[in-house]
Amino acid sequence: MGRTLYDKLWDSHLVKQNSDGSSLIYIDRHVIHEVTSPQAFEGLRLAGRAPWRLDTNIATPDHNISTDKAERGAGVAGMTDEVSRIQVQTLDDNCDLYGIKEFKINEMGQGIVHVMGPELGATMPGMTVVCGDSHTATHGALACLAHGIGTSEVEHVLATQCLVAKKMKNMRVTVNGTLGAGVTPKDVVLAIIGKIGTAGGNEHAIEFAGSVFRDMSIEGRMTVCNMAIEAGARVGMVAVDQKTIDYCEGRQFVPKGEMFEQAVDYWNTLTSDADALFDTEVTLQADDIAPQVTWGTSPEMVAPVTASVPTLDEQSSEERRKGLERALEYMGLEGGQAINSIKVDRVFIGSCTNSRIEDMRAAAAIARGRQVASSVKQVLVVPGSQMVKAQAEAEGLDKIFIDAGMDWREPGCSMCLAMNADKLGAGEHCASTSNRNFEGRQGNGGRTHLMSPAMAAAAAVAGHIVDVREFVGGDQ
Amino acid sequence: MKAFTTHRGLVSPMDRANVDTDMIIPKQFLKSIKRSGFGPNLFDELRYLDEGQPGADCSNRPINTEFPLNFPRYKGASILLARKNFGCGSSREHAPWALEDYGFNAIIAPSYADIFYNNCFKNGLLPVILSEEQVDTLFDEMEAQEGYQLAIDLHTQTVSTDTGHVFHFELDEFRKECLLQGLDEIGLTLQHADQIKAYEADRAQQHPWVFGAIK
Ligand code: SF4
Repeated sequence: MGRTLYDKLWDSHLVKQNSDGSSLIYIDRHVIHEVTSPQAFEGLRLAGRAPWRLDTNIATPDHNISTDKAERGAGVAGMTDEVSRIQVQTLDDNCDLYGIKEFKINEMGQGIVHVMGPELGATMPGMTVVCGDSHTATHGALACLAHGIGTSEVEHVLATQCLVAKKMKNMRVTVNGTLGAGVTPKDVVLAIIGKIGTAGGNEHAIEFAGSVFRDMSIEGRMTVCNMAIEAGARVGMVAVDQKTIDYCEGRQFVPKGEMFEQAVDYWNTLTSDADALFDTEVTLQADDIAPQVTWGTSPEMVAPVTASVPTLDEQSSEERRKGLERALEYMGLEGGQAINSIKVDRVFIGSCTNSRIEDMRAAAAIARGRQVASSVKQVLVVPGSQMVKAQAEAEGLDKIFIDAGMDWREPGCSMCLAMNADKLGAGEHCASTSNRNFEGRQGNGGRTHLMSPAMAAAAAVAGHIVDVREFVGGDQ
Repeated sequence: MKAFTTHRGLVSPMDRANVDTDMIIPKQFLKSIKRSGFGPNLFDELRYLDEGQPGADCSNRPINTEFPLNFPRYKGASILLARKNFGCGSSREHAPWALEDYGFNAIIAPSYADIFYNNCFKNGLLPVILSEEQVDTLFDEMEAQEGYQLAIDLHTQTVSTDTGHVFHFELDEFRKECLLQGLDEIGLTLQHADQIKAYEADRAQQHPWVFGAIK
């Protein structure tokens, strides 16, 4: 019987199969950031252990750093939040002490872990990639077996280069057809989550297949794989094709010359066999997908922008009714209200879901020649990495954003999780390109609406949620 | 790691589905470089009426008296009864650290998010999976009776009520063993260091680009 892509990745990293059903899996790439690593390094020290290998680890600060130009300019020493400063300093110290490659706060290469890994070529097809962050599945866009881990596992990987794991089930999500104008990878993944729910992928590794993903750029595939976790799956993947190989070629840590050719031969085998069996299959049609917006407090509370907020009477069970009631109260919305009537107070364009150069271009295409609505207090545009920032500035995108009345920031996680100063006030609605809309995610009492970069830019201009397709072709 | 064998304790409720890790421990507390001390900030946004700050004393903060964990009847609870998809969201191990530091030894829910579930075992915290109906039964009994306790036995994989229910639960053999004995997983893995090295040697032949690139 044929093997799935996940089966192949699993098999090629199996160090040892235990009799109790668990396995020892080898980890090729470990990405480290400031928030989930200090306790792991401390554990290592307390046990008198050293990292197993150095050339596997790559580190950068991202979660907790300021995106403000003036504060960033002053480096780690200039961080005004003392608790945050200590954490970033601790990452620097740990990396210096052990000799781990780190892209420091203002160095070229620094960025959100899941943006910088692939763009530097630190992530390559066929690798196992882990990071103490749940959105590690992003790297699966390059046909990697990539998933988030907790701090104990960060320590385990540092010390042994392995993880104790149990094989997951295979799920394939197929989307065929062609996406309409204004419909983006973000809309595809939100529609998938709307269909299968936030626990739909639990205990599964998801492979995204079908013409929509074949036609999609690698960056778009990253947006989709990134949110596998919001569909309950730790792992999301797309098989290798020519786009994957073209993406990797020439990046900093990718081999060159003969070794590259050798790698490509192997990478080309990283697809599911035609006769491979999946435990679970899900299918969507591209034509059915409109731009999506979340209206509630879970990513599965999502609807097309043309729809209305669900009503209490429509709910099938008491539990669902209770959940909806709580979400509506938190969000300050009425059942039946049109989604495009929701006013926004702030807009956030960024995060490991949507802060790559294509995302910046999509947002800029809407912002060009337009103005942020006067009712909108702030629009943060936060590039995902120093490299994205440099590229965007070379293309003049920063000027477009600034001319439109938006803030052009330094790279980091920013208002995706609001650990730094970028956050929502209580009751404020935010059009956000990030990945989570849980209560308080973007600030205490803040109300998040997830959507694509183009949709978020359009909301900034309109002052309320709006169907970006009304803007397409209307570029001034 | 702390071992878990049997436990009997007071049960308190977290009666909502999809409790995410940010609800369990809000992000501002993730700035800490320590592993302990998160208990006072467990469910911070629900427990208190003001906004919690890392390092600040919680003893004089205004309490949300409508949040069950603050009810006198649940004081000293060590088993958390919860709903489906508990612990969804981020990979932060601060979530089980906070639950453990607060005094919980076990959680009972119909399902958990994968990473959270995994993280619990690393911290001597037992996440028990029961069916929705069984969890409903426990919620009903708990609400009806003040001082409601449950007994959990990891050897026999059972949750027992004083009313005579005995519910069996499933978990992986490996996780069960580690928890029963409080084993150091890193130490266990390092016992296979030779096999790991042999794998590396083999792999370096086949896929040399995986090694040595990052310096
Ligand atoms: S951008 Fe958000 S989701 Fe992505 S790594 Fe940073 S905090 Fe996590």
